[in-house]
Amino acid sequence: MIKINNLHASIDGKEILKGINLEVKAGEVHAIMGPNGSGKSTLSSVLAGREEFEVTEGSVEFDGKDLLDLSPEDRAREGLFLAFQYPVEIPGVSNINFLKTAINEKRAYLNQEPVSAKEFLGMVKEKSALVELDSKLANRSVNEGFSGGEKKRNEIFQMAMLSPKLSILDETDSGLDIDALRIVANGVNKLKSPNNATIVITHYQRLLDYIVPDFVHVLYNGKIVKSGGKELAIELEEKGYDWIKSENVEL
Amino acid sequence: MTTVELTKKDTFLAALSPLQFNEDSYFEGLRNNAKNELAELDFPTSKTEYWKYTRLGKIVNNTYTLGQPDKIDITNFLIPNLEAHVLVVINGYYSPELSNFTEIDSVTLTSLSAAKKRDFEGLKKHFNQFTQDKKEIFLALNNAFHTDGIYLEVAKSNSVEKPYHIINISTGNNTLSQSRNLFIGNVGSKVKIIESFVNVGGEKNFNNHVSEFFVAENTHLEYNKIQDKKENNFSIATEQVYQEANSNFTINTATFNGALVRNNLNIEVDASNCETNLNGLYLGKNKDHIDNHTVVDHKKPHCNSNEVYRGVLDDESTGVFNGKVFVRQDAQITNAFQQNNNILLSDNATANSKPELEIYADDVKCSHGSTTGQIDEEAIFYLQSRGISKKGALKLMINAFAKDALERISIETLHEYIDAKIEEELS
Repeated sequence: MIKINNLHASIDGKEILKGINLEVKAGEVHAIMGPNGSGKSTLSSVLAGREEFEVTEGSVEFDGKDLLDLSPEDRAREGLFLAFQYPVEIPGVSNINFLKTAINEKRAYLNQEPVSAKEFLGMVKEKSALVELDSKLANRSVNEGFSGGEKKRNEIFQMAMLSPKLSILDETDSGLDIDALRIVANGVNKLKSPNNATIVITHYQRLLDYIVPDFVHVLYNGKIVKSGGKELAIELEEKGYDWIKSENVEL
Repeated sequence: MTTVELTKKDTFLAALSPLQFNEDSYFEGLRNNAKNELAELDFPTSKTEYWKYTRLGKIVNNTYTLGQPDKIDITNFLIPNLEAHVLVVINGYYSPELSNFTEIDSVTLTSLSAAKKRDFEGLKKHFNQFTQDKKEIFLALNNAFHTDGIYLEVAKSNSVEKPYHIINISTGNNTLSQSRNLFIGNVGSKVKIIESFVNVGGEKNFNNHVSEFFVAENTHLEYNKIQDKKENNFSIATEQVYQEANSNFTINTATFNGALVRNNLNIEVDASNCETNLNGLYLGKNKDHIDNHTVVDHKKPHCNSNEVYRGVLDDESTGVFNGKVFVRQDAQITNAFQQNNNILLSDNATANSKPELEIYADDVKCSHGSTTGQIDEEAIFYLQSRGISKKGALKLMINAFAKDALERISIETLHEYIDAKIEEELS
């Protein structure tokens, strides 16, 4: 699905990613953990195509295509989805309207027919139920006046509507209470299939109790310094990130 | 040897002097008063506070020919699917051939010039009442030299369903026209009016327009103004509005084009329990200069006014907003809300915004605000990350911003037309 090879990226001349190697295959869930400032959010930003970051070295292959060569919208149309850590409020633009535009732009890109009104409404009903999102929220302006939990559920609702191949959840657990966390995780789990993959970026292990990863990677100082199975997350939680830091100092 | 240097005003007045009106002594007297007033006035400069951000060189330095009646195809200026009485004014002259309306018992509808020849009670009572001695040269010019326009009076306790659509057209090049309307809503009446200001080809036409509104007790009057003059044309439009008790006046102004547009909207709320809505949208492109000056004068208690003006300014265009709200000492329990928001789409676009409140009463709720900024880049990226092109994302956001300003248009087909027009202009 995605092959990240020796990825280096910097912002304002400062190197943040210092050679990331990662391969995610269809059907897999990968967790990327790491202390603050390790480059977790930079990685998701670079993959989604945020312009502020400059890729200085390396490559990213997404479903056989050179991802770094695509505009942010084409990455989305090819099936990449980023659930934002801080979803943006967009006054005046309705959630529904914007999603319909997004779906139709994606369909046009893939040479598919636009979605019919009936089909679209059916999707909205089904997918909003998945994350227990009030249908009233679906009709409101994008994220405007939403609570923190509603914003994150709205991210997963959008993910469900767009049915991406690869979803990157950037600290989706941050700021969520346990109920919202459970709802969001349930939504993600229900969307899981052998044909798609998920990268869960998180600081804490608790989200991984709900979204169980096949692989866990530890990002530190712009590099993946440790990889393992789900037990690595538990070990990290017990020993804390200082364990990783001290190990890497020794290296 | 002495040389007499003609001022800009003299040149202007000389151009207007061939106009003959053949009116009775009453109306002639009003024109003469205005001519006397003109002797004391001159064109404003940038030193005049009221005109500080709008230079009039383009208008006053041009040489004009007087507008003449003309006949053109108006099909393009009709609003699709709108069922309305259509009234056409070309270069300041009413065109009976192009107008298309049905007579209704409760509505007195004629050209203003025809109304002056008949003895309508409302006309002498209200005409020129709100425009005299305002020390504004363009108002005085119109008082003295207006040619024609629409006289519309709704009888008391009548609600008129079908809206009136006035198409106010300029033709030719360097045409000077001064149209004039009077709208009277008698006690307990209801009426909706649309006026489109358009042109047929041609450049440097100048229309100096005035509308007076008398909104009697319990009357609902909605006026929708669409300014859409293509090419390099100039407009100054003044609305003088007078509201009596329990009345409701709404004006929506959509300015899509125009090299130089200045709107002077003056609303006198002279009784209790009134509601006033004034909303505007201006979309500037190229070197457009669009200026909205509004005044709401709350003189009596228990009234509400809501004002939202929004601008989207591209290229080297300029938007000017000056909104003044007075709350006089007697006007307790006034709620006055005023807002101006601008989006600049280019580094060379300018917005000048000056919201003003003058409050002399102590038990009031008033707020005003002004914002000018660029489109939120983070929001654009968010939309892009969902598969919407950058252009599409911009469009979604600007459309949402712009459409919001004219939410109060109550005529559905007009609303659709304006929304479509916004999308077209912003594409």
